[in-house]
Amino acid sequence: MITAGIDLGATYSKVVILDDGKVVGKGISKTTLEPEESVEKALNAALQEAKIDKGQVERTGVTGSGRRAIKDADVVATDVTADARGAYHLDKEVKTVIDVGGEDARAVKVGENGKVINSAVNDKCAAGAGAFVEAMSRAMQLSLEEFAEASLKSTQEIPINAQCAIFAESEVVSLISDETPREDICRAVHDGIADRITSMAKRVLVEEKVGLMGGAVMNKGLVESIREGLGLDPIILPDPLFVSALGIALMAADQED
Amino acid sequence: MVEKKYKTAPLKSWDKAKEIRLNIYKEIAEAKSKGKVLLGGGAESLIALPTGFDYAMLVGEPYGAAISYLAKSDPDEYMKYVEASEHAGYPRDLCAYMRNYIGSILRDKYVFGGPFPKIDFYLQAGFCDTHSKWYQAVSDITGRPYFSLDLVPFDWEIEGESEKTKDLKRKYIVDQIHEAIAWMEKQTGREFNDETFIQGVLNECESTSLWAKVCIANRAIPAPLDEKTMLSLYVLAVIGRPRNDVVEFYRELLDEVEDRVANQIAANPYETARIITDSQPPWFALDLFRLLETYGVVSVGAHYTFGLSGGWEYDEENKTWEAGKTPQEKGVEVKTRDEAANVLADWWLRTGTVCRGVRHSGAGKIQRIMDMVDRWKVDGAIVHLNRGCEGTSLGQMDIVSSLLERGLPTMTYEGNHADPREYDENRTFARIESFMETMGLKQLYEFKKGE
Repeated sequence: MITAGIDLGATYSKVVILDDGKVVGKGISKTTLEPEESVEKALNAALQEAKIDKGQVERTGVTGSGRRAIKDADVVATDVTADARGAYHLDKEVKTVIDVGGEDARAVKVGENGKVINSAVNDKCAAGAGAFVEAMSRAMQLSLEEFAEASLKSTQEIPINAQCAIFAESEVVSLISDETPREDICRAVHDGIADRITSMAKRVLVEEKVGLMGGAVMNKGLVESIREGLGLDPIILPDPLFVSALGIALMAADQED
Repeated sequence: MVEKKYKTAPLKSWDKAKEIRLNIYKEIAEAKSKGKVLLGGGAESLIALPTGFDYAMLVGEPYGAAISYLAKSDPDEYMKYVEASEHAGYPRDLCAYMRNYIGSILRDKYVFGGPFPKIDFYLQAGFCDTHSKWYQAVSDITGRPYFSLDLVPFDWEIEGESEKTKDLKRKYIVDQIHEAIAWMEKQTGREFNDETFIQGVLNECESTSLWAKVCIANRAIPAPLDEKTMLSLYVLAVIGRPRNDVVEFYRELLDEVEDRVANQIAANPYETARIITDSQPPWFALDLFRLLETYGVVSVGAHYTFGLSGGWEYDEENKTWEAGKTPQEKGVEVKTRDEAANVLADWWLRTGTVCRGVRHSGAGKIQRIMDMVDRWKVDGAIVHLNRGCEGTSLGQMDIVSSLLERGLPTMTYEGNHADPREYDENRTFARIESFMETMGLKQLYEFKKGE
C-alpha cells in the first residue's frame, strides 16, 4: 500500500511517501501564506523521489499546526500523536520525544506501541522554538550554521533572558556592545532556549531513551545545550525533520477500511 | 455516529438562575431610587455583614467577569473599559476583574445599562492583596468611604494548626465584624437590624453548604452537571448568598440534581472521560468546554468552582471534605448579633477553601485537588495558567507536578480570566485537541463555534 504523510508545519511543509511501510520518497517546502500550494510542492518533490504518480497514493494522513487547511485527508491527527508514532517506528526504545520546530516545541512521553502517555507544549512565546534561534542569528549577523558552530567554541556560560524573544534580542545587542565574545553569546542563546525546552519536557517526567526531532535539532549547538539541560544523552532521530510526516503516513497505512 | 450512553435533559432550574441574577443587578441599579443602602466589595467580603440594612451590593468579581463577556459580543466596547483603566495608570499585570471594574467607574457606565451605580461605601475582606488595594483605589477615585476587614484564613488541615491559633483568628474577625457594623451605621446614619443580620448569616451558611452538596452530587457517573453550567449556577451564591430567594433556589437545585443522579440524567450523553480544571476559566471563551464536549468529555468541576461559593468541612477521619454542617443542621440557635458574628467568622474560616488557597497554597491545596481526583473519579486535568489572578494561580505548577507524578494526564494553557488579550484561542484549542488524543479520545461530532 502506498501512503502519503503530510506535516504542514508553521515553517516548513514536509511529506513522506511510504510503500508498504518503507520510506520511498521525501519532500519539503517552505510554508507560505498559501499552505495548500506549499504542501503541493513538497508532495510533488516526494513523489518525484519515489517515482510514483499522485494517483497511486491510496491513503493520505495529515498533521502539523496547519493540518486543518488540508481537506479530504483519510487520517488527521495532532503533531503529538504523529511524533510518538514516527519516533516509535524509528526506535522502539525511545520513551520521550522532544520535538523542536519553528514556532512550537513539544515533549511527548511514548508508551507501548507508540501510544502517547503524556505531552507538553511550549507556552505562547516563541522563545522556546527554532524561530527564536533564527532571530538571534540574524541579530548576530551569522548564518544558522555559523551560529551553531560558534556556540560549540564557547568557554563560559552567560545567563540570558529567554522568557521573551524581544527582550532576549535587546539583551544580545547589549552583550555585543559590551564586547562579549561572539561564541559565548551564541551559547547563551542556546542555553536559554534549551532551558525553556527542558523545563517544559520535565513536565512529562522525562524518561530515557530521549529522541530529539524537528528542524531545530539539526543545530548542534542547541542540541549540546539541551543535552546539558536534561543531564541525559538524547539521540537525534534519523531525518529529524520528517518524523511527524513519517508518523502520520504510518497512521494512514494502519487505518482500517 | 457514536451511540449515546445516557439520556440528557435541560436543567429546569436554569431559567430561574438567570432571573435571580438579573434581578440582583437590577436591584443594584435601582437601589438608590428605592432608598436602599448600596455598597460595593468583593465576593469574599463576608457578604452577610450588610444584611442588617435594607441594602443592595455590587460584588466586584462577577461584575468584572460580566464586562469581559463583552470581549466576545462587542470587542470594541470591551476595549473601552480596559483602556479607561489602563490610561489611568492601572497596568496589565493587575487583577483583570479590578481593571474592568475601575474602567466601568471611570467611564461612568454600568455594563447592564445606565451610569455606574452611586455606591454609598465599600466593604472588603483582605483575603487577597489585590482585592484590598482594589477598593482602596476605588475609594480614592470615587471619594466614597472604605472599610477593610483583615482576614487571615485557617491553615489547611494538613498543616495541623492549633486550636488556640484558630480561636485567635476567629476572635480577630468577630471583633472586626462588630467594628464594621458600628462603622456602617455611622456612614449610613441608619440603625443595624440584628434580626435580618442573623437571618442573612444563616442564609449565607445554608447557601454555601447547599452548593457544596450540589458539587458532591456531581461525583455520580454520569455527572448530572458540567462545569460550564455550574459556572452559571454558583454565581448566585457569589453575589447573593445571604438572600432568601438564593437559598430557596439552591434547595430546589439540589433536589433537581439529586433527581438527575437517581435517574441517570447526564450532562454529556457520551461521558467518555471526566476532567477537572483549575483557576477561573477565561470567561469570554467558555467555548473551550464545548470543544471538550465534542469528545464526550465532561468537566465535573474545579477547586475554584466548588470553593468560591462552597462551604466545605474537613472530615478528619476520612481525610476529605464534605458539605459544611450549617448551624441549623447542628441545632445551634442564633439569637444575638454577637452569636451571629461568631457563626459568620467561624463559617468563613472553617469552610472557605478558595480563600485558603489564595493565602496558603502548597500541600493543603494539593491534598484538596487530589481528593477531587479520587472522589469525583477524574481521568484528567486542564490547568488554566491564569495571568489575571495572582491568588488562584498561586502554586499551580506544583499542582501540575503532583498530578503528573500521580499519572493523571494534565494539560496547561496560558490565559487570563477577564482579559482576552492574553488568551490565544487557536493555540488553546490545538492543545486541547492534542490532549484529547493523549487521553485516547476521538472527536465524536464536529465542533461548531458559538453553539
